[in-house]
Amino acid sequence: MYEFIAFYIFAIATTILFVITVMSKNVLYSMTSLAAGMVLISGFFFLLGADFLGVVQLIVYVGAVMALYAFAMMFFDATKNVKEKHQNPALVFLLGGLMALVFVIMFSAPVIGDNIQALYPIEDGVGNAQAVGMVLFTKYLVPFEVAAVMLLVAMIAGIILAGKKMDYSLTKSEAIDEEMNVELKKGEE
Amino acid sequence: METATMLPEVTAAGVIIKAVLILAVIAAIAGFGTYIERKVLAFMQRRLGPQHVGPFGLLQLAADGIKLFTKEDIIPQHANKIIFAVAPVITAATAFIALAAVPVFPDFTIPLLDIYVPSIASDVNVGILFVLGMMAAGLYGPLLAGMAQANKWGIIGSARTAIQFLSYEVVTGLSILAPIMMVGSLSFVDFNNYQADGTWIVVYQPVAFVLFLIAGYAETNRTPFDLLEHEAEIVSGYVTEYSGMRWGLFFIGEYANMITIGVIASIVFLGGYNDFWIFPGWLMIIAKIAFSFFFMLWVRAAWPHIRPDQLMWLCWKVLMPLAVVNVVITGIVMMIVG
Repeated sequence: MYEFIAFYIFAIATTILFVITVMSKNVLYSMTSLAAGMVLISGFFFLLGADFLGVVQLIVYVGAVMALYAFAMMFFDATKNVKEKHQNPALVFLLGGLMALVFVIMFSAPVIGDNIQALYPIEDGVGNAQAVGMVLFTKYLVPFEVAAVMLLVAMIAGIILAGKKMDYSLTKSEAIDEEMNVELKKGEE
Repeated sequence: METATMLPEVTAAGVIIKAVLILAVIAAIAGFGTYIERKVLAFMQRRLGPQHVGPFGLLQLAADGIKLFTKEDIIPQHANKIIFAVAPVITAATAFIALAAVPVFPDFTIPLLDIYVPSIASDVNVGILFVLGMMAAGLYGPLLAGMAQANKWGIIGSARTAIQFLSYEVVTGLSILAPIMMVGSLSFVDFNNYQADGTWIVVYQPVAFVLFLIAGYAETNRTPFDLLEHEAEIVSGYVTEYSGMRWGLFFIGEYANMITIGVIASIVFLGGYNDFWIFPGWLMIIAKIAFSFFFMLWVRAAWPHIRPDQLMWLCWKVLMPLAVVNVVITGIVMMIVG
């Protein structure tokens, strides 16, 4: 009974928040509702008894959306509305709507066909983290390792892109030091 | 829930009483903490601190409270009003939600009504991750506050929040990973039971303990890492435009987070609420949390602020490699010994 009520509260709240994310013209509103929606999604995991996944959802998306905020801060004035350029609003609406429809059909088809089976149901006596770890290192080992390699590649790429002036310190730059030395010598003379 | 087998059943009434208890007691302690902080800092800096209101300045707390509640509540003209109002609530609320999953006071039964009040309001078996995640979510408070107030100092404050969060979250997670590997569980109760024989995890994991404390201070933005509201550089950072109780909520949230960090450090590294020699467990945990709180004040009195680039340098070039090496060594030792 409590789960029923909680599910609908979470469901309605997430839907409203994500609608705000899409509809709002203010970057602050859409980012904040995105973050709040991501936090509320973790509520579903907790309701299903998957505590570990719920917490992971919380930690991962809190961090990820925080990085998005950093970009928003650099590109937009948060207190003003963003003017969007729409060349062809009808086409955008049509394509977006079709995409959403396809996703809904994709995810609801197994539900309608009663084809969902829990391959790895929660066992008593085995913690959430252990259960996830077992599956990751047996059945899903290859995707897990591939994801790790992908992240490693992304990390190296990031370091190479950002590392051009790694030794150059903004606050202790050599150029400024040289200028200082020149000034000091002038003072001595 | 296998730990609760011998104990009475946890009812909804017990949990609600517990939640109200946490709110009331921690909020009061957070207020009293400001008084202690001023007194301890004054002692260390050879000043007197608050002493005019009441005996030893004890009623300074009440005076501050009256001031906070009666101050004019200002919302700047061009600010985003909704986000501006929500931001302080996020900080305070997440700080208290994080406290829901840590054992704060010993469990007891209310005699006449026969209601059992558990020591943890919600015993999720991934307690540590939940608390860390909730504290991380709390940093949305400063971030949103800075961005909503249409003030350049605020924007700088929130930009610093983002960089500080993104870097120190890594160190917190990695440093606490080594003890988690040793215990093999994410539940605070298991951590406590692991140290029941009297050897604290800090003995095995001194590096992780130091790293966790440093990262914890950065996450609760205590000096020397309080770049978010560095008053000598950026006025007050993200709280520049805040006044009255909205500002007070940020403050309560910060102090509640300090207590949470103290609780995590005490339970994960310092032996938890086990009995020690002749001292009962509840006294030990309070003493440890109090010492950890005092230690934060001590650090604040002893160290100057650091620059943002020094903060980044410390995190990515010193602490993170150390934490990774610590995790690897722990793994190798566990493989050989265990």
